[in-house]
Amino acid sequence: MNKPYNNKAWLGVLPVLLIVAFSGVVPLMTVVNYSVQDILDFNSRFFVGFQWYSETLQDARFIEAFLRQLGFSASVLIIEIPLGLMLARGMPRQGLSASLLLVLLAIPLLIPWNVVGTIWQLYARSDIGLLGVGLNALGFGYNYTADPIHAWLTLLAMDVWHWTSLVALLAFAGLTSVPTAYYQAAELDGASKWQVFRYVELPRLKGVLVIAVLLRLMDSFMIYTEPFVLTGGGPGNATTFLSQHLATMAVGQFDLGPAAAFSVIYFLFILLFCWIFYSSVVREND
Amino acid sequence: MTWMAWTAPTAAFFIGIGLALCAMTLFELRWPTLKRRGFLPLATTRGDRFFISLLSAAFIHLLFLGFLPEAVALASGLSVVWALLVLWRG
Amino acid sequence: MTSLVGRPWLSASRWLLVVYCLYLLLPLYWLSSIALQTNADITGDFSVLPQNPTLSNFAEIWRNPVWSSAFVNSLSYVVLNTLISIVVAVPAAYVFSRYRFLGDRQLFFWLLTNRMAPPAVFLLPFFQLYSAVGLFDTPLAVALAHCLFTVPLSVWILEGFMSAVPTELDDMARIDGHSFGFFFLRIFVPINRGAIGVTLFFCFMFSWVELLLARTLTGSEAKPIVVTMTRTVSASGLDWGVLAAAGVLTVIPGIIVVWFVRKHLVKGFALGRVS
Repeated sequence: MNKPYNNKAWLGVLPVLLIVAFSGVVPLMTVVNYSVQDILDFNSRFFVGFQWYSETLQDARFIEAFLRQLGFSASVLIIEIPLGLMLARGMPRQGLSASLLLVLLAIPLLIPWNVVGTIWQLYARSDIGLLGVGLNALGFGYNYTADPIHAWLTLLAMDVWHWTSLVALLAFAGLTSVPTAYYQAAELDGASKWQVFRYVELPRLKGVLVIAVLLRLMDSFMIYTEPFVLTGGGPGNATTFLSQHLATMAVGQFDLGPAAAFSVIYFLFILLFCWIFYSSVVREND
Repeated sequence: MTWMAWTAPTAAFFIGIGLALCAMTLFELRWPTLKRRGFLPLATTRGDRFFISLLSAAFIHLLFLGFLPEAVALASGLSVVWALLVLWRG
Repeated sequence: MTSLVGRPWLSASRWLLVVYCLYLLLPLYWLSSIALQTNADITGDFSVLPQNPTLSNFAEIWRNPVWSSAFVNSLSYVVLNTLISIVVAVPAAYVFSRYRFLGDRQLFFWLLTNRMAPPAVFLLPFFQLYSAVGLFDTPLAVALAHCLFTVPLSVWILEGFMSAVPTELDDMARIDGHSFGFFFLRIFVPINRGAIGVTLFFCFMFSWVELLLARTLTGSEAKPIVVTMTRTVSASGLDWGVLAAAGVLTVIPGIIVVWFVRKHLVKGFALGRVS
């Protein structure tokens, strides 16, 4: 579709521009300003150049939080994408059961994120939680507040619980766009289940899968609320991801300079992901 | 505005970005860009190449600041060369 | 059943689906079970079924002004935010879906970066910014801060829906001699009311669930419900029943609306990029 070229369209986007500039651009510029200074208070501050950037990039706690974040995002993708795909393939395509299943799958997506943390806290605690008490009754010695590995697994289980539905629903939307004639043709050709998936379904799913992967990558990269409620970043720093680390620096310790440098580095990575998302999702449609 | 904690270098940086955006706009009005395929693995417009050069300049600087903080000047030099290459041939 | 026997692969994935649904439901069951018990029962002998079901936790939330004021505070900034987002996003999404203009792709991309950026990145100067304009600890501050991601979200979702509305509609209105204002407000907006409803829902939801900015921008006056809930945990660690009851109350609205938005849910989450 060819859209007409008209610069009067700018009038329509102006309000959006002003609002997002106020809450997005002004703070971002301020963050850049903070990141090159040592600020004791706003009347005594010193220009330090790139010092905070070097220190942050060489700071062991930052590197650990970053690697932890990468590990978490990778695990989330490795579990949720195939699982969501398999769930979508098993879903009935129409009828009441299909509608009910869609609604059931959608429920975790609509629960406030801090409540997701609360639900899993109540569920997994080893004194009052069904999961915690159950696992201990089976002799696992489970306690997510003390054991880093248990904390990790619990967080992953929570994220799978919270977001796999999104992948499943996206994949389901992709699958319903495959015409039934394709399946019939494949059956006539005697295609195996794997071949049907590989050559009939997967090509149609490519678009939604790209969206699912990128959305899950970016949203898991900024995860804050759920671990904050469930583990508080602990035990120790075992589940402190980037946002949590940054929030502790910014609000807890009020280290303006280093926290600002951290913010800028973090933002640059998000910018890179966004650009990949934009070029692969939006461009393809043009 | 004191809370924004402006410094001369950051002010210069943002003015530079602002001027570059204005220049890109003027270029675009005078000579509208065409999507083309250079050595980068995707077709780009002039604005895309400008964005790619800026973003890669940022990451080149981060790389140097993380491993060789003494040689930041080298990072800036590299970024300029890379940016010109991308704008011209990307 | 024959079809299931003939397709072992499919039946395996049906099984997976059943197991997964159980996995989804168990934590929810546990939340409601705890919400129906007194603290003595919760911390006492462990049992899978609630022994003495009671509604006292819900009554406590109903009576306690801390909870009701937190609820009102949350609601006020969420509603403000939703209104602002929709009012500015509808015209913007319209022009994005209908015209090419100088810098349109760049602008669209820039909006995306604001939706995707972690609120923590912008957090640092927010306290200073909103104090400087005298809005700190008011619902309006949180509403404006949340516009950072709800406005781009709305523009992207609405653009996805509006691009699917044929441009012939615009042309016909012009041929019929309607002014642009009439066309836009009386024809185009009503036709897209479904899309606007879905967008309202997503703005509402993302503003309702956000914790970090809401916590930083409010003091004692405008404290929202998400903050009150996290306080309950850290302060005593004893109010499990009340906490669970509050959880149940925040889950219920989602369950009620989900039936109405189920067809568009995926499109909303995928920023309007799925047909």
